[in-house]
Amino acid sequence: MNTKRPSRHRKKESENDQKIPVKVREVHFDPETEPEDKKGRNTALGIITYTFVFLFMMMIGYLVYLNVWKADSLNSNAYNTKQDANEDKYIRGSIYSSDGQTLAYTNVDDDGTETRIYPYSNVFAHVIGYSSNGKSGLESTSNSDLMTSHTSVLTQLREESEDGKQLGDSVYTTLNTTLQQTAYDALGSYNGAVIAMEPDTGKILAMVSKPDFDPNAIEEIWEQVVNDSSSSVLLNRATQGLYPPGSTFKILTTLAYIRENPTTYSNFTFECEGTYEESGASIHCYNNKTHGTVDLKNAFAKSCNTAYASIGLGLDTGSLAEVCEEFLFNDSLPTSLQHSSSSFSLSSSASYGEIMQTAIGQGETLVTPLHMALITATVANGGIMMRPYLVDYIEASDGTLVSKNSASKYKRLMTTEEASVLNEYMEETVISGTATSLGWYDFTVAGKTGSAEYGTDSNGGTHSWFVGYSSSDDVDLVVVVIAEDGGAGSDTAVPVASQVFQAYYNYVAE
Amino acid sequence: MTNLLYQVSKYLIIILMAFYTLQSYTVFRKKDDESRQYLFLRQNMLMFFIHFVGYALIYLQLGEFEVILFYGAQVLYFVLTLVLFRIFYPLASRLLVNNMCMLLCIGFIMIGRLDYDECRKQFVIAVAATVIAFLIPVIIRKLRFITKMYYIYTLLGIGMLGLVAVAARTTYGAKLSISIGGFTFQPSEFVKIIYVFAIAGLLTHARDFRRLAVATALAAAHVLILVVSKDLGSAVIFFMTYLVMLFIATKNPFYTLAGLLAGGAGGVGAYFLFSHVRVRVQAWQDPFADYQQTGYQTAQALFSIAAGGWFGTGLFQGSPTAIPIVEQDMMFAAIAEELGSVFGICLILVCMSCFIMFINIGMQLTNRYYRLVAVGLGTTYGVQVFLTIGGTIKLIPLTGVTLPLVSYGGSSVLSTIIMFSIVQGLYMLRNDEEVSREEKEAARIAEERRQLYGPYGYPPQNTGYYGPNGTAPQNTGYYGPNGTAPQNTGYYGPNGTAPQNASYYGPGDTFGTTQQHTKKDSAKSRSSFFGRKKKKKT
Repeated sequence: MNTKRPSRHRKKESENDQKIPVKVREVHFDPETEPEDKKGRNTALGIITYTFVFLFMMMIGYLVYLNVWKADSLNSNAYNTKQDANEDKYIRGSIYSSDGQTLAYTNVDDDGTETRIYPYSNVFAHVIGYSSNGKSGLESTSNSDLMTSHTSVLTQLREESEDGKQLGDSVYTTLNTTLQQTAYDALGSYNGAVIAMEPDTGKILAMVSKPDFDPNAIEEIWEQVVNDSSSSVLLNRATQGLYPPGSTFKILTTLAYIRENPTTYSNFTFECEGTYEESGASIHCYNNKTHGTVDLKNAFAKSCNTAYASIGLGLDTGSLAEVCEEFLFNDSLPTSLQHSSSSFSLSSSASYGEIMQTAIGQGETLVTPLHMALITATVANGGIMMRPYLVDYIEASDGTLVSKNSASKYKRLMTTEEASVLNEYMEETVISGTATSLGWYDFTVAGKTGSAEYGTDSNGGTHSWFVGYSSSDDVDLVVVVIAEDGGAGSDTAVPVASQVFQAYYNYVAE
Repeated sequence: MTNLLYQVSKYLIIILMAFYTLQSYTVFRKKDDESRQYLFLRQNMLMFFIHFVGYALIYLQLGEFEVILFYGAQVLYFVLTLVLFRIFYPLASRLLVNNMCMLLCIGFIMIGRLDYDECRKQFVIAVAATVIAFLIPVIIRKLRFITKMYYIYTLLGIGMLGLVAVAARTTYGAKLSISIGGFTFQPSEFVKIIYVFAIAGLLTHARDFRRLAVATALAAAHVLILVVSKDLGSAVIFFMTYLVMLFIATKNPFYTLAGLLAGGAGGVGAYFLFSHVRVRVQAWQDPFADYQQTGYQTAQALFSIAAGGWFGTGLFQGSPTAIPIVEQDMMFAAIAEELGSVFGICLILVCMSCFIMFINIGMQLTNRYYRLVAVGLGTTYGVQVFLTIGGTIKLIPLTGVTLPLVSYGGSSVLSTIIMFSIVQGLYMLRNDEEVSREEKEAARIAEERRQLYGPYGYPPQNTGYYGPNGTAPQNTGYYGPNGTAPQNTGYYGPNGTAPQNASYYGPGDTFGTTQQHTKKDSAKSRSSFFGRKKKKKT
């Protein structure tokens, strides 16, 4: 404190003091006291205060984030046993298909023993899941709905006074038993997955994964399936299986090419000789087939690898990665279903070989069947990706509607023009390309096949892909099929898809 | 029917808590003293209401008569604490007292719900701590020499922590506690306070780089011992406290940045050196990766928070006991589950209100040492709250420290109550400071006069003059050793009244009253109880 003070003190102590000449002291700095700035505030303390206020606000912010964005997935986490604490209060609710069939219910014996029963056993194994030995599928993601009751207060009071257990809410799914059964049978003994969904709503109508298991017997087979790491029976391949996309990826390569050459892409021509070499790296068309002169549409329809290898080399660095990132590679999909993230990587220093491989869907790229279904549905839906969903609505045991899901748009990912060009190319695939066997019905199908090679020559194989959609008046159904080691897409996946499409129209006709 | 009661009560508790929290902040805007006092009283009513609802539910659940008695004892404790503090220390910060009681009250309810026996222990320790707390402001104000003993504190702190590192038993992977005569206590909780006093002393006198380096080395020694003991939470608290105090003392942002960088490097080093650090970080990144082992506690806490949602499940309606060591490390998750995240947010804000009050008091103190102590204690509190709540909600890796006053833990409650009352002591001290600064000025001038007139035989005259009263020698002896000012208010400026310093009374508290009084009035009222020494006036 800077002070100028006359020494006027201790009057009584000493009269002598009066004789002392007044000494004016200027104290510049007192080591014991803290200098402050002009406004009397302390900047350093202000910084500390604001820093801590910021930290406290971060905690509040994170708590809000947990409640708004994370609570649902935490509540339905497979490890979460919170709802199990409700087991003495609630009987687990039932799960129904959209066509009114019971997919899972709990049977209560006279002595009160509860047994979870899955009438369709293996058919819905992955998508419905199991509820003992942990939880999976819908049993996991809808666990909190199944284990709480939203009956009216009066009903609850009455049931509580009767000291009985209440029946949990029922989950009504978007799944269709006819379609699911057809897809399950069609895939036969192949391992792989089938997904059928409505592109304009995002409703999933069928979701099959093989190898499968009987959820009714989960406790007995548990040891066996958990220890068998090679076939990973419990994995839902439809949402969590990661496969090389093969030629189905050409949808995205084509999109990248169209975006880079918006006015001239239709002038593209390429002379296919079955093999394409660039700086020592070579690409072959499937079975070394020679396609002759192709434009972009034909290259797509015939799935000409050499043409796409040259397209890949011609694309600007990063433009394919840009499209892939927009389409949610290396990211999670807009759904609460448990799923794996697809991966795409192509560095700017990638070799010609790597670029060519990536352009035709080989390389490092891995994709889930669900992700391919969403990409296909985006084309089918005129460029808008819808959020996929499995639960149509939740109903309490007394019929009260608890909540209802509705179609919700994720994002427009391509223009309607881009979507219609891709649609035209995919229709051409069925008309004259690799999926002509789908061209004989009274509905039109547009699609893309894939023959995804994996592993090395000696220890590898070819996965058979089909992605596509059918329409009668407007777009109806997206079907994605992957059959592991199924060979060419047209050999295995296309016939499976064909059966699903037919079952759908037979069912609609009924 | 009871179910309905639990459902209604949870909303009631949230509303009451929301009002309480709001008032912890609106008090800063109230200008006149009367409305402030009224507000504090309303805060007390809200607390007692929450306490009543909480214990009514506990009684309903346990159905034992003893709960009613225990509830009565707690009410008595709160009433006595609030009333006696008001009587003995009318100038104490009432907001801080209210918040302290509120946090204890929340703790009593939640611990009572989680583990009734532990709650009884907690209560006994809280009572004992509060008795000690009543003496501390007197000690702070009377025994000024405590500011000089910082080297002893340093040795004591390092010694105690060293003893823990060597002799303590290992709990949950960390060496934390020592058992003496059946009592287990956690020395780091107390060393925390001693450490702040030590660092404040070291930094107050660190006028050159060499002494600053010594202070840094001594602080680092504390932190390193804690790291070796695997008490990571305390290590972070000690480290951050040092950095903040260093920043306040030197005002040099580069030291602080260098410290932060060094701390970051140390953290990365610890990550690679110590497996227990890696485990914590991995459990934080993905608690479900190793769910059964390392991720279990965090995962369960997250499940609790999610299960509670915004409004909670209601007391006794959730299952927070699924979280390991819930009543110590994970108290916040239990609160979020049963009382709701809205209540949790209010709780964070009440803690923040305490922190702001700590720093606010530091800001008003002009004595470097006491200012550093107030800021240092505030920082330990703030960092600890951040570590425990942040760790519980998975904002940061879990370090396993308690939520002060709310979590179960004798050492924690004892040391936090002591910490609060030290800050209260400082709060009252800043009133003395104003006076003492003027006195010091007078003393210096008197001293110079003595030197000036000494050769002329002035001192004997002086002695002769003071002789009859016998005060003069005392005076000299008094200034010397402890360096504090003589207790003489002879100088009151040219006007003869104390300077009125508006910022001095701060946005804060009951002190606002004194704006209407003169300094003499407040000095008088203080001397009525535990007051300052009688003025040595002749």
